[in-house]
Parts: sequence; C-alpha cells; structure tokens
Amino acid sequence: MLNIRNLTTCFRTPNGITRAVDNVSLSIASGEVVGVVGESGCGKSVMALSILGLLPKPPAFVAGGEILFREHDLLKLPSNDLRRLRGNQISMIFQEPMSALNPVFTVGNQLMEVFRVHGNLGRSSALQSAIDMLARVGVPAPERRVKEYPYQLSGGMRQRVMIAMALACRPALLLADEPTTALDVSIQAQILELTTALKEELGTAILLITHDLGVVAEVTRRVAVMYTGRILEEASTMDLFDHPLHPYTQGLMASIPRADASFETESLNEITGVVPGLTDLPAGCHFAPRCAEAIDICRGQAPALEIVDTGHRVACWRRGSHV
Amino acid sequence: MSDLLSVRNLSKDFPLSQGFWGRRKSLVHAVDDVSFSIGENETLGLVGESGCGKSTTGFSILRLIEPTAGEVWFQGENILAMDANQLRQRRRDMQIVFQDPFGSLNPRLTVERIIEEPLLNYENISPDERLKRVAEALDMVGLLREHMTRFPHEFSGGQRQRICVARALVVRPHLVIADEPVSALDVSVRAQVLNLMVRLQRQLNLSYLFISHDLAVIRYVSHRVGVMYLGQMVELTDVKTLYGKPLHPYTWALLSAVPIPDPRRARKRIILAGDVPSPINPPAGCRFHPRCPEVMPVCSQEIPQMRQMNGGHQVRCHLYSYLENGR
Repeated sequence: MLNIRNLTTCFRTPNGITRAVDNVSLSIASGEVVGVVGESGCGKSVMALSILGLLPKPPAFVAGGEILFREHDLLKLPSNDLRRLRGNQISMIFQEPMSALNPVFTVGNQLMEVFRVHGNLGRSSALQSAIDMLARVGVPAPERRVKEYPYQLSGGMRQRVMIAMALACRPALLLADEPTTALDVSIQAQILELTTALKEELGTAILLITHDLGVVAEVTRRVAVMYTGRILEEASTMDLFDHPLHPYTQGLMASIPRADASFETESLNEITGVVPGLTDLPAGCHFAPRCAEAIDICRGQAPALEIVDTGHRVACWRRGSHV
Repeated sequence: MSDLLSVRNLSKDFPLSQGFWGRRKSLVHAVDDVSFSIGENETLGLVGESGCGKSTTGFSILRLIEPTAGEVWFQGENILAMDANQLRQRRRDMQIVFQDPFGSLNPRLTVERIIEEPLLNYENISPDERLKRVAEALDMVGLLREHMTRFPHEFSGGQRQRICVARALVVRPHLVIADEPVSALDVSVRAQVLNLMVRLQRQLNLSYLFISHDLAVIRYVSHRVGVMYLGQMVELTDVKTLYGKPLHPYTWALLSAVPIPDPRRARKRIILAGDVPSPINPPAGCRFHPRCPEVMPVCSQEIPQMRQMNGGHQVRCHLYSYLENGR
C-alpha cells in the first residue's frame, strides 16, 4: 500500500547539505504494523514527515526517490490533493500531545474540524461524531470532555484525543511518531493496547516510530533499524530479535537492561563512542567507527542493503554474501 | 550492613494557592511518611511514575527542598536539625547528579572550572593539588585531560553526564543521589553511563540513591528497590524479590506494563484503568484503591500501614493484613 523507494531527504544548513534520510526503501502492506527503531538523529521522524509533505521547505528538500501510496506518488502530488489525503487516508500522531493540540480551542472543536473538513458534516453531526470517537478511544464522559481545553486533560487523555483525531476518518495508514514516549508506563500500556485494538477494528496500517525496542517487540510485525539516515537492517520482528545480524542491532539489544525476572543481565554491553552528527558523518559505513568488527572496506565504502534470508535485509560488509 | 543514610517518616507538603486572590490554601502532599535506609556500598532504587514524589524525596534528603516533617540521619547525624553551616559541610559527603546534563552545567565555565568548584568550596588545597584532583576525576569517568579546557557545549549528552558524575565525585562523597541520570541519554549511550556508575561504586565504596521511572534501569543498578505511588512508599525489598515475587498490586501492574524486548514472550498485562489521581486530594484509604485490581471494601476506608513481611520485605497493602492478625 505504501511503498517508499530510495527516498533521500536533505536539509540545507550553514555547514552544507546534510542527508537526514539517505536512500531509504520501505514498504507497508494494508493492515500491517511496521516499526522503525533508531536513536535520536537517525532520520526516523524526518522520514515520516516526508511521507506527509510536512517538512519546512526550505531548509528541507527531497533530493530523490518516490513515495507511492496506492497509485499516487506523494512527492509529485499537487499540494491540494495531498491535503485531501492527509488526515483522511494518511494521518499522524505526534510524540508530545500538548504541543500537537491547539491550546486555545476546545478538544471538541479540534475534533469536529476533522469531520467538517474531510467528512463534509454539519455542526451538530460533527459534534456527535466527535463524541462517538472520544468514547471509542476510551475517554470517560465524552459529552463533558468535548467542551474542555487541552490543558484540562492529563497526558494520557491528550494522547487519546490525538488518536481520536487521527483515526476519525478511518485512515488506511497511521504514522505514529513516538506515541508513548512522553507517557508513564501504566498509561503507555493503555495506549498501546488501544492502538492495537483500533487497528484490528479499522484495519489501519501503522508505521510506528520509536527508540524503544520493547515497544517494537510488543506491537510490530516487521522492523527497520535506522542509523544516521540509513536503514541498516530490516526483518520480521521475530527474526530480528531471534537473529539480529547487523553489529549495531546486536550491540543495541545487548545494551538495554531488562525488567523481566526470567532474564538476568550480568553486565550491559557498551557500544563505544557516540552517534555521529549529520554534518560530520564518517565515510563508508556510518557505524564503522563504533563497530568492533570493522575492516578496511567498511571505512571506505558504504555497504548496500541486501537480502540475506527471506524478508531479512542487512547492510554490512561482514554479513551475508560479502563474507 | 550498617546504615549510611536513614530516612524516617519523611513528608513534604507544598502549599498551593487557589482562588482569585490566592486565599484558599490547599496542600499538595508530595511525599507522605516515607521511610527507608541505605547501607554502605549499597544502591537503593526509587521507582515510580511521574508525580509520585521520588525526586522530591531525593531533594529533601539534601534539603534542596525543606521537608515538612520527618528525620534524615546521615552517618549518625540528623540532617534536618543542622544549621546552614553544618549542613554545608555535611553536603560534601552527599552529592547529586541531575537528570538533564544540558541544564546542570554552566555553559560559560570550562570543564576544569566546573569540576574544581566543589574543591574550592570544601578543600583548602594548592592549585597544583586541585589540578591533579580534577585530572583524576576526569580519568575516573573516562574523559581525557585535554577535555579540561573545553566548554560543555562541545560534548555529547553522555559525555556531559560523565562531567556531572566527575563533579559529584571529586570531593569523594559517600552518598550520591542520582535523579534520572540516564533518562535524557540515547539508548546506546545509556549502557556506558550505567556501567560507569556501577564500576565507580565498587571502586570508591559509594552508596547510591538511584531515582528513575525506568524499571529495567532500576533493576540493573539497584540492590534494593522502593516503589512509590502518590507520595507514599508502597513496597520496599531487595531487587530479586521485587522483580521475582512482588507483593503490591501496583508493582504487579507496573511490571506487567513494561514492554519487554522479546516478541516471543506471551504475557498477561494488567492494564490499570484511569490516571494517577491528584496529590492535592488523594483518595481516602489506600491511595491506590480506585485503580487497584484487587480492591476490597476496607481499602477505601482504612489507610494501610507499611507491613514487615519475611526477609525485610515491606508492603503497604490490606491484602496482607491477615498475616499479622492471624485472620
């Protein structure tokens, strides 16, 4: 349904052009939940914003590739058509629900806007739809809540409102950018449960962007691991956790402490060094300076993402057919 | 293990003005009757969701926030009974590392000036000696001597947190209070700072009060763990028991809510309904009862007391009252 091919998104900065998303290809089938994991600055959010055409241009520009959604290339679509698609067939949930909601309008007002713009509903039926939608995402007393302002709601409730807004038009694709990062664990569990239930009910495909491998393991079927703008590894979630191949993925998995009692951690693995900035990326494989297995070719030439197993892709000179 | 720090019945109420003229006064019970102790060379983890009072507890021990009631005994002295001068001297032994490594370093000072400041405050030593100590501290946290002349903005988040740790350790304290020290860091850098803190504890015989909302991080660093909810300690025991055989229903729910990075693990989640209630008007009886999956009639009427169970396991829950009363 969504097919991203060789997407490259760049930013013009005083220090030259940086590639925030570098030759990324990823596809999502309808009803599928795909995760994108990575640390800050890996380009996962920029990728989502590229899909929706929400990046500020300038300084951002798409340098190449295509984003096919059903039969349209979103990058070539006139802005009017894109606007009709946004919020209707593709919608997005952001990390910080407080800054994503408008503080001077009531929750009902903001929810009704979606129905009035995309559903061509009148005032009273839009209000009724807004109340129904709030009830559906588990907001108690929705008739009362529609009259409240965002500051009157807790973090979890705000995120529920965001989800209600995003799912109002039963979109085919939902982009969720760190939807639970700002929330407490018990609220995070509520929101993840809700998202999964609504996905089953509405058949919405979800692109879940997160830095949390735990969330990925619980919710997604397939995962792409990103690092400094590139996908380093992509596999089914089971495969990725059973046999991570890329040294970065392996290192990341061994570096996270775990809360489950059945799993003992003696000592955490450390990945040495830091994530390089986008303005001074190393040549070759971007992970090479931190990689224990790096050899000469890693520092000179970037490896291509190649298939090593059914549905398992990895970009590493020390893996797959390169060895 | 002898106790280095002993906190007894600590409470902190924040006054809150309400109404147009601020006349109606109410109280936020941020910390309510919290007791625990930390032994030499021990890490006590304090875990809980936002607003549970874990940071306020940490700050109250150093009197960065003045507690309303209770006692804080450190090496046999009551911190809360000290005058400003005594307190200042005592704080040399109790240092703190904050959550935000960007906000807690002065951007105008070089790393050398930042780390030597505690030495200027507490130790009357020659400039040469001072420089030596700063270099030692940098070496301890894995930074280089060359870094001394640089400014905080030249470092990454993980390196800045190392600078904060070096600043805390340069005066050789016994107790370090670490308030969410790795929450602002990237996943791949977190392990570096956690391992560093664990290693330094062994090297320098430190005790930590480690405050975090992250149950996985707390498990990795702690010897004993206290779980807080709405200003109260609800469960306190050693790390193995807490994660293996927790007693309080809130701890069950918290542990079941943590996403586990293992897609093959089938699990039953306990989903808590609703949000954490406001600490201004906490629920009567047990503060957790409106969200508790095991709620009983007594829970809304009587405040449960902290009960001593086997092996020093403490829990604040009516479920276990029959064990005491023989009912």
